[in-house]
Amino acid sequence: MTMIFGVPLAVFMGQLLLGLINGAFYALLSLGLAVIFGLLKIVNFAHGAMYMLGAFAALLGMRYLGINYWAALLLAPLLVGGFGMLIERFMLRRIGHLDHLYGLLLTFGLALIFEGTLVNFFGVSGARYPTPEVLQGGFQLGFMFLPAYRAWVLAAALVVCLFTWFMIERTRLGAYLRAGTENPALMQAFGVNVPLLVTLTYGFGVALAAFAGVLAAPLYPVSPTMGSSLLIVVFAVVVIGGMGSILGAVLTGLGMGLIEGLTKVYYPEAANTVIFLVMILVLLLRPAGLFGKEA
Amino acid sequence: MSTTQTLTPTMKRQRRANLRRNAFYLILIVVGMVAPFLAYPVFLMKVLCFALFACAFNLLLGYAGLLSFGHAAFLATGGYITGYLLASYPAMTPEMGIIAGTLAAVVLGAAFGALSIRRQGIYFAMVTLALAQLVYFAYVQSPFTGGEDGLHGVPRGELFGIISLRSNLAMYYFVFAVFLIGFAIIQRAVHSPYGQVLKAIRENEPRAVSLGYNVDAYKLVAFILSAGIAGLAGSTKTVVFQLASLTDAHWHMSGEVILMTLLGGVGTLFGPIMGAGIVVSLQHMLGQSPLGNWVSVILGVIFVVCVLSFRSGIVGEINKMYHKNFK
Repeated sequence: MTMIFGVPLAVFMGQLLLGLINGAFYALLSLGLAVIFGLLKIVNFAHGAMYMLGAFAALLGMRYLGINYWAALLLAPLLVGGFGMLIERFMLRRIGHLDHLYGLLLTFGLALIFEGTLVNFFGVSGARYPTPEVLQGGFQLGFMFLPAYRAWVLAAALVVCLFTWFMIERTRLGAYLRAGTENPALMQAFGVNVPLLVTLTYGFGVALAAFAGVLAAPLYPVSPTMGSSLLIVVFAVVVIGGMGSILGAVLTGLGMGLIEGLTKVYYPEAANTVIFLVMILVLLLRPAGLFGKEA
Repeated sequence: MSTTQTLTPTMKRQRRANLRRNAFYLILIVVGMVAPFLAYPVFLMKVLCFALFACAFNLLLGYAGLLSFGHAAFLATGGYITGYLLASYPAMTPEMGIIAGTLAAVVLGAAFGALSIRRQGIYFAMVTLALAQLVYFAYVQSPFTGGEDGLHGVPRGELFGIISLRSNLAMYYFVFAVFLIGFAIIQRAVHSPYGQVLKAIRENEPRAVSLGYNVDAYKLVAFILSAGIAGLAGSTKTVVFQLASLTDAHWHMSGEVILMTLLGGVGTLFGPIMGAGIVVSLQHMLGQSPLGNWVSVILGVIFVVCVLSFRSGIVGEINKMYHKNFK
């Protein structure tokens, strides 16, 4: 059997794939954070909770309404995104003129509320969401076994990231968004409805998180706390990559997932801390982040 | 010629403010001395520990304008080091354990501070949160903390090797003394020229830089001071409750201290104390009621309400009212 530094190739590739999957989630979440940060200038602390709500929407939709996975993949982000727009419209907008730290504190409070409420109804142990039938099984690639669902998650996440990049960099709406990031007052003067743009942006960022949540539902136990621990890692990813560029966020997310996977192979004790250590390294060597601009 | 005539109006106002502050200190001390006869001392000690923790946090947010989302790490570090030393070395007296725990928090604070002040604003909050999570994982895995179980049965011991702290009343007065020392250090720092520069940095950092201040050094010192006093609070808490656990290191704890400060009033002297008192009482009362499971939801709601419509906090609002009506 082929060995890589004393580890069987199949095990090595398997962990790498797991890392890449985690990386896809980091990428989706940090992308949403970056989009929201760009226009609203706040860090959405409720992002993990939104990811969790996406997973729960899929789970409950299946349980009580018989909504299947594919419909959930579309409906959950719409639902959570709409919910996010309400939050933006009736809460975040009221504090938009203040120090942006207040936005962080407000969304933190919201995250506590969502998480705490669901813990009371569903406990913390987590429920299983079945893998859709079409995606059960997998492919034997010779050097490793590739489960079909994992391949799908990776592909779907990448497509959504690319779609987001295209939307922002290549469409008119995206141009408004980028201009609004640079100078919202000027945009407003040109007759663009900036407050509406802000609401839509927040809704879109949150919908991305919910989409990630639905993707994650068949992979990880669906529990109210699934978002918060993930979010802290995503924050570290964001510090590493900087929130300046879309592709930067995606690349950093995937890269950090890979590094985490590699650590799991060679030094499992450090697997859940390695990203924080990379963050420290980046802060020491390149304080603005890998893709960030010096402030 | 009497001295009042030579005073400018600003000096007069300054003097009145000082007088008012001294009166407050006096009230604080008197209330603190009588309190154990009116309320359950163990509860009061918990309030005092968290009040000191919140004051330390407030030094950073209220006066330096730095929002740390990782202060739980210092509380826990103080607690674990003190707990470990007191439990493993019977010759250790409580004050030695507390000093060691505080120093450990200072060292950790220096490391955190040096890293996190390299980024500003929102990034600062994220960096401190991530670093604290790193510390949390380290404590989950390292053997000396007892992992998920935590440290239990830490002896209270004898203060200076003479005074037994076994009785809750003796313990209370010791905790009160520790609180006053920590509070005094913070007050001294805030009202010194150093504190003035800190406020200047908070208000306008580029300006402070152009005036020639080494902004990073000022921020770092504030961070270390805040971390050290948070560690002092954690160490003392461990001696009181004779245990140290992962709860103190969890990011929920970092959130709670923010809430205490916000609720009481960011950047006010007494706000954090009041905020800590309210949050601890609330947890205490809710814990025994049918609403016990809803504590974190209720804290979240308070958070949202505070940010949306109560940003100066209780003490801040009282100050505002006072200035409106009596000026």
